[in-house]
Amino acid sequence: MSNCAISVENISKKYQISSGKQRHDTFRDLLAERLCSVFRRNGSGSSGPTSFWALQDVSFKIGQGQIVGIIGQNGAGKSTLMKILSRITQPTLGRAEINGRVGSLLEVGTGFHPELSGRENIFLNGAIIGMSKAEIRRHFDAIVDFAEVEKFIDMPVKRYSSGMYVRLAFAVAAYLEPEVLLVDEVLSVGDAAFQKKCLGKIEDAAKGGRTVVFISHNMTAINSLCERVIWVDSGKVVEDGSAAETVKSYLAKSVKSLDLCEEVWHDPGEAPGNDMVRLHRVRVRRQDGSLSDPLTMQTPFLTEVECWNMIAGAHLHITLHLYNAEGVIAFTTASLEGDRPMPAGLFRCVCSFPGELLNSGQHRFVVLVVKDSNSVICKHESRVSFDIIDVRERQGAYFGREPGVVQPVLKWTTEYLS
Amino acid sequence: MELAAENILRKPSVVIEPGKGLFQIDLIALWRYRELLYFLVWRDVLIRYKQTAIGVCWAVLQPLVTMLIFTLVFSNFANIPSDGKPYPVFAFAALLPWNCFSQALQRSGSSLVGNANLITKIYFPRLLIPMAASVSPVVDLFFSFIVLLAMMLWYGILPTWGLLALPLFVALAMLSALAVGLWLTTLNVKYRDVGHIIPFLIQVWMYASPVAYPVSIVPEKWRLFYSLNPMVGVIEGFRWAILGAQRPDWMVLVVSSTVVVALLLGGLVYFKHMEQTFADII
Repeated sequence: MSNCAISVENISKKYQISSGKQRHDTFRDLLAERLCSVFRRNGSGSSGPTSFWALQDVSFKIGQGQIVGIIGQNGAGKSTLMKILSRITQPTLGRAEINGRVGSLLEVGTGFHPELSGRENIFLNGAIIGMSKAEIRRHFDAIVDFAEVEKFIDMPVKRYSSGMYVRLAFAVAAYLEPEVLLVDEVLSVGDAAFQKKCLGKIEDAAKGGRTVVFISHNMTAINSLCERVIWVDSGKVVEDGSAAETVKSYLAKSVKSLDLCEEVWHDPGEAPGNDMVRLHRVRVRRQDGSLSDPLTMQTPFLTEVECWNMIAGAHLHITLHLYNAEGVIAFTTASLEGDRPMPAGLFRCVCSFPGELLNSGQHRFVVLVVKDSNSVICKHESRVSFDIIDVRERQGAYFGREPGVVQPVLKWTTEYLS
Repeated sequence: MELAAENILRKPSVVIEPGKGLFQIDLIALWRYRELLYFLVWRDVLIRYKQTAIGVCWAVLQPLVTMLIFTLVFSNFANIPSDGKPYPVFAFAALLPWNCFSQALQRSGSSLVGNANLITKIYFPRLLIPMAASVSPVVDLFFSFIVLLAMMLWYGILPTWGLLALPLFVALAMLSALAVGLWLTTLNVKYRDVGHIIPFLIQVWMYASPVAYPVSIVPEKWRLFYSLNPMVGVIEGFRWAILGAQRPDWMVLVVSSTVVVALLLGGLVYFKHMEQTFADII
């Protein structure tokens, strides 16, 4: 197979986890353990070192010039896979072959020394990530330019702001030009403007015919940059296919978007409230009724509040305060649709949220029951919380979260006036 | 031109497999990464004197002060002989290779752990790390050598042709440090105890080497055993090359070199054997 850049065959990686402390053993520990094992041999050999498979039987082939995303939850084995492909650690079983010069960026600024100046660190870091002295010289001005640190280039990097440090670190990496580029989650550095430049660089690399494999938790970046995505979970390849398909099934399976989508009280005696009103249920669900699919920024969803009204003829309405992850009230909304006296018993208010309104992130509610439009008779901080995820495929190169509590899609027009 | 060079050096395909075989040192890979060796040495030298007021003068000051103390204690108080040479030059000629060796041993012994951030984040032949650490003290040696020349001038000691053999003895000192450093740094990855042992080891080793005293005061019957210490050959060589002292015994040099080669080969095998687990346990 001549156009195959990376071929991975049945790679497995086992890690030893000794019981208790296992890092930085000392001779004393070794001696103690040897002694213990002598005694243990007679008894039941229980708490010996256990092992776990970080990767199991992983196989795939990546063609030359492909740009492939690797997704999966933390601890799924993505980084172990990257470490094996970049030869930092060896597989326990299996075999992999990479054709062409490999460059790996598991971190930006590997080997940066705080005492050295920006200029010195460019050369050091460049050499460490695999550039030749000639290459570094050739790109030196471009690197400094890209990092926007001209004025500070001869200052020790320990005096850099963290933004400058990260920009310089990424800038060196951006000029690494291997045939196969392995990138671990490094796209999440810097501010929005800088991220845009970085992702542009990755796109350029791919357009230039290089093979790029990258790990990201940013589904928007994955969706927009990759044609193919490999989903790894518990050390195994769960799905390997087109970006759109794989991301969709990954989200459906792993992202607990509706962390807690329902709160119910069956016994009015235990429900929040008082002798005028008791809550029965607070629930968030997708409008299409699907339970497994997560809420995306486009998904319309419903919020239902059910209460027991204890006093016939009361004028009640429900007010929702919607909070985002930063604790900011995105907005409030109330069921003022038709004020009329309510009979005693259970009632339900449903609020429908359109898609393309809220920004991505975690959200929760405070539910208020208001009597006569002026007095709050029950206030409940609901434990119902839901994550709105961003899976839009974007044309621009910025894939981070846009600021703001809402992210509505508004109509724009442009006229040419001259 | 550069592109052509890159094409020749490029290894078209990388095979990743569980490690097999005990002894497989990839000399081609080491050669391809020679520039990184240079940069690692360069880094070590640079950061050693960053933000110091007198910078590289420390490289000269340290052996100079030690020499003064030795002269006071060993020559004036203890009346240690110096084979008929002025004691200050006699001691300084030994302190140059000794400091170089002890620095190299100290740095290479802790080199892997000190570079853990590199080992867990990027691939390159790991052997470069202890190699760079053992080479970098040679730069200090160079500066203190200038002081030695000045001292020779002061005492009216003429350089001999033996001076040309000095690089050989420097190389032997470096290889000795690397040989022992390989063992220590590999052990240090798993057992941090080594970090505590190294300063002690260096101290003991200094008294077991003819730094402050001449070999001639070591009883004849112990000489062969004594020369198992490779620094005996190195220091004797330095004194011969610089002061025109008695030429080192060939037997001593052969024994010293054999010990170094044996330690080095063993260290390399052990290092290569453990190399694959460095990133996992460091």
